[in-house]
Amino acid sequence: MMPYMAPVAQIGGLGCLLLVSERTHDMTDALSRLLETRDWLLADGATGTNLFNMGLSSGDAPELWNVDEPEKIRTLYRGAVEAGSDIFLTNTFGGNASRLKLHAAEGRVRELNRVAAELGREVADKADHPVVVAGSVGPTGEIMEPMGSLTYAGAVEMFHEQAEGLKEGGADVLWVETISAPEEYKAAGEAAKLAGMPWCGTMSFDTAGRTMMGVTSANMAEMVEKLPYPPLAFGANCGVGASDLLRTVLGFSAAGVERPIIAKGNAGIPKYVDGHIHYDGTPELMADYAVLARDCGATIIGGCCGTTPEHLRAMREALETRPRGPRPSLDQITESLGGFSSASDGTGDEEPPARTRRRRRG
Amino acid sequence: MADEEDDIILSELPDDELTLQMHDDLYDGLKEEIEEAVGILLERGWTPYDILTKALVAGMTVVGNDFRDGILFVPEVLLAANAMKGGMAILKPLLVETGAPRMGKMVIGTVKGDIHDIGKNLVSMMMEGAGFEVLDLGINNSVDAYLEALESEQPDILGMSALLTTTMPYMKVVIDTLIEQGKRDDYIVLVGGAPLNEEFGKAIGADAYCRDAAVAVETAKEFVARKHNQMATG
Repeated sequence: MMPYMAPVAQIGGLGCLLLVSERTHDMTDALSRLLETRDWLLADGATGTNLFNMGLSSGDAPELWNVDEPEKIRTLYRGAVEAGSDIFLTNTFGGNASRLKLHAAEGRVRELNRVAAELGREVADKADHPVVVAGSVGPTGEIMEPMGSLTYAGAVEMFHEQAEGLKEGGADVLWVETISAPEEYKAAGEAAKLAGMPWCGTMSFDTAGRTMMGVTSANMAEMVEKLPYPPLAFGANCGVGASDLLRTVLGFSAAGVERPIIAKGNAGIPKYVDGHIHYDGTPELMADYAVLARDCGATIIGGCCGTTPEHLRAMREALETRPRGPRPSLDQITESLGGFSSASDGTGDEEPPARTRRRRRG
Repeated sequence: MADEEDDIILSELPDDELTLQMHDDLYDGLKEEIEEAVGILLERGWTPYDILTKALVAGMTVVGNDFRDGILFVPEVLLAANAMKGGMAILKPLLVETGAPRMGKMVIGTVKGDIHDIGKNLVSMMMEGAGFEVLDLGINNSVDAYLEALESEQPDILGMSALLTTTMPYMKVVIDTLIEQGKRDDYIVLVGGAPLNEEFGKAIGADAYCRDAAVAVETAKEFVARKHNQMATG
């Protein structure tokens, strides 16, 4: 049924006590096991882009489809699995109370997350290769204290509620993504701990190489290593284009951490051409991106917005057939994938000019 | 040294020093200090409008510029905007009472189909921080919702935001409806959102595309000033 489930996890007389958590990682979890045997893993591509292609009206909460259109969600998951993904994310990005509230569905957090993970489990367990079901956890969309109104405890509570639903539905790992604020990242990690789930977490570096809240790649690597319950892997997703994302990955690997690095970049940049919009990243470009991501030091490589199964297939083939290369320079990245959105990404020696204040007080 | 620096007594500073100090305090997001300083200037007989423009808005301009130049980031800007709001809360009723010219009013919302609102919220907060009155329509707004709000609020500016490539074309639907109804020129239309660019803003007939919240504030100020000048000369 689950060929990748180590039998040892089922040994022991704790069955009754651990009924709910029989799939937890008391020995090892599915992702850790894959990471032990492989030196790169292919994650999935876009969720939103692919659901819109299946007829989701923009404005509707994609998470409602877990219950209303389960076959389309299975198709979404199968698209990634059949294209060769080792990991796919559940359709639960906006599945926290704060986001679902916008659709008056804040009372359905547990249900929508559980069902999304159950559908994922179903697809993964039928796959011809070991596949990890990663429970997607997106940002709350709220700004945290002291700038905004969301407290740290409130964020932990929201993430925990979602995590329990994902766990109940059989997700192997929580997958926190597109986070901007360090506090929110930490809150999601604490929620994973409360739920007893292993987790991965990526941030989105979309503002001149930093997250919207000003976090650089070096800042993030440092923060992750200090967490009391660190993620299995960390990295970057979404952001601007594939080039920017790889510059961020170079920043992570330069920090010298041993934790696996995740690269999930967009399929190019959306362009407005003749009245409609398309992502300019071709499957060929994403194949180059995937191989370069590995050379930059990433272990888990996937796409984000605009990345379809066709892109994933090209990425898989490239990762399987092309040899590893040396760590690329920034110039090599721009040559292959196009230019960066900003001259600097805030790492390195160049300090931004500090404002000279008249006087400073404490 | 350090003690001395901590020992600034706002009420002992002459006017010019105090306004400069307020610029610094806004920069550092010190809300209570800003509220205190606004009170001091009022006691000294400053008009509410002068306090708004010379102390608060001027200070926020420095913040906006440093955000634009990548020296400050969103957290610092939000703290500054919050301090500014503290001062504004005191000034607002007085500005109305004294019939001071308004900075301007904006109606803002994400377009139909788009539920992503962080960018829009940032623009809202920074516009308020710059002294604008903002009516936030929230997410997922239809043409009718925008038109209704424009009718009832009579703002200077309409702001539309979209994060999705699938929803950004809806901005054109709203603008085209305004054109049809002969209302397009009544408003300054500003658009923003991650997948947009200047070319798109032009293509759909917006007055401007704003790359980020700081640019939105700068652009809004520029257009409102231009509009006032036109009204003065026309």
